[in-house]
Amino acid sequence: MTVAAKPKPILDVWNRPFWNACAENRLRLQRCADTGKCWYPPAPVSPYSPRGAWEWVECSGRGEIVSWVVFHHNYFAGFADELPYNVTLVRLDEGALMLTNVSGGNDRLSVGALVEVVFEDRGDAVVPVFKLAEQTR
Amino acid sequence: MVGIGTTDYGNFPETDTYGLGSQALLSALDDAGLQVSDIDGLIVNRIPSYERFAEMMGINPRYCLQTEAPGRYSAVSLMLAAQAIATGAAETVALVYANNGRSQRVFYGGDEGEWAPWGMSSPGASHAMMFQSHMNQFGTTAEDLGHISVAFRKHAGLNPAAVMRKPMTLEDHHNSRLIAEPLRLLDYCLINDGGVAWIMTSAERAKDLRQKPVYVSGFAREDLFDTASIPRQDYWYPALKRIESQVYENAGISRDEIDGLMIYDNFSPTVMFALEGLGFCKQGEGGQFIQNGMLELGRGRWPTNTSGGHLSESYMQGWALIAEAVRQLRGECGDRQIPDARAIQYIAATPISSSIILRRD
Repeated sequence: MTVAAKPKPILDVWNRPFWNACAENRLRLQRCADTGKCWYPPAPVSPYSPRGAWEWVECSGRGEIVSWVVFHHNYFAGFADELPYNVTLVRLDEGALMLTNVSGGNDRLSVGALVEVVFEDRGDAVVPVFKLAEQTR
Repeated sequence: MVGIGTTDYGNFPETDTYGLGSQALLSALDDAGLQVSDIDGLIVNRIPSYERFAEMMGINPRYCLQTEAPGRYSAVSLMLAAQAIATGAAETVALVYANNGRSQRVFYGGDEGEWAPWGMSSPGASHAMMFQSHMNQFGTTAEDLGHISVAFRKHAGLNPAAVMRKPMTLEDHHNSRLIAEPLRLLDYCLINDGGVAWIMTSAERAKDLRQKPVYVSGFAREDLFDTASIPRQDYWYPALKRIESQVYENAGISRDEIDGLMIYDNFSPTVMFALEGLGFCKQGEGGQFIQNGMLELGRGRWPTNTSGGHLSESYMQGWALIAEAVRQLRGECGDRQIPDARAIQYIAATPISSSIILRRD
């Protein structure tokens, strides 16, 4: 029996460095030189200063939960076995907002809960997901 | 607005969007007492080709465009037509919408996309996340949303054209299956086939036509596209507040003079976001505000979506709500008529938020 694959990232010229870094278990984001803010998804210019410079920076992989949704309806064959699964909005310490999955139980999700990145190797892609952090800050 | 045409709503595999759109437009022309040759502006929505549609109808306009698929574009289309008429780019504009998502089995979810690797998909899930934030921030509950679904279903029961007319209770809402928690099936709009057309012209030209016109009295629009890849955490509130500060002034009337509301209800939370954003209640109090029949005909101060809306009448992406507003102002709504309706306000809480005030005189 073959297990259905989860959807793969769609690579483009702007997000390729992000996904290449994930393959090395590193979380990298673009950072605006003028404002110091990071963003996601990757883009050709900084939304905070479109004429300004930006650079790829290594992230801490830590953040906090902002909100979430729990899927009970199956939209993807690759997620069917995980229902009900969460998609969680995380604000990384570097400021960027990302949608991701947080392991450890849907009923443990709460606003401000601290999370840490975990790299999930799916064979065809390495995807950054998160787990609830052990210690508080 | 001088002509309104709507098709039946349901599952019609024997036709397509060209068939539904042409049927709606012919109906709107009959309603207005106009001929195809009177149309010199054409806006089409969710019909694949404006050119093919115009070819079929025999229209060679001097103003034509196709607007994007999301429901926010019903109000945008109306505003563009009003601007075209005001500037003389066109005199009489036909606006035509058709959708055959039901017979084509369109599901709104499960596509490739930015967030698909994490299983994120569907507009409903995006709204569910926004409503989860509202619950976290204000203590609103998923049960509160039932008051919206129940009110609109009650209205649909008075509307022979509505797809879903079976009575619904708060318990039915609460017992419906979870789709994207906290939202349940009965928080979601329908998916069905149908078509809607409106004919708009200048107030001057309107005087000579068959129907007593309904006037586009004022509108306002505000867009929020920053962090558009992510469900917004502010419920578009800043944009809606700016709209509140403009739309009544533009229409020259106060909120007190509004007799009923048409609120874009793709999912029940957007109704709450719209009511809070436009100042019908304070932000965070929407869950309390909608209780005790506030949105129900014959009970509350603000009868809303008297047709049943997207939740119970038909998923016509705002187009049928505007048609309902016109029919209310003409006094054509029978059992669901708002007594002596003189002004109806349309509101859409979306990345392109808007409000339109329509008046009888």
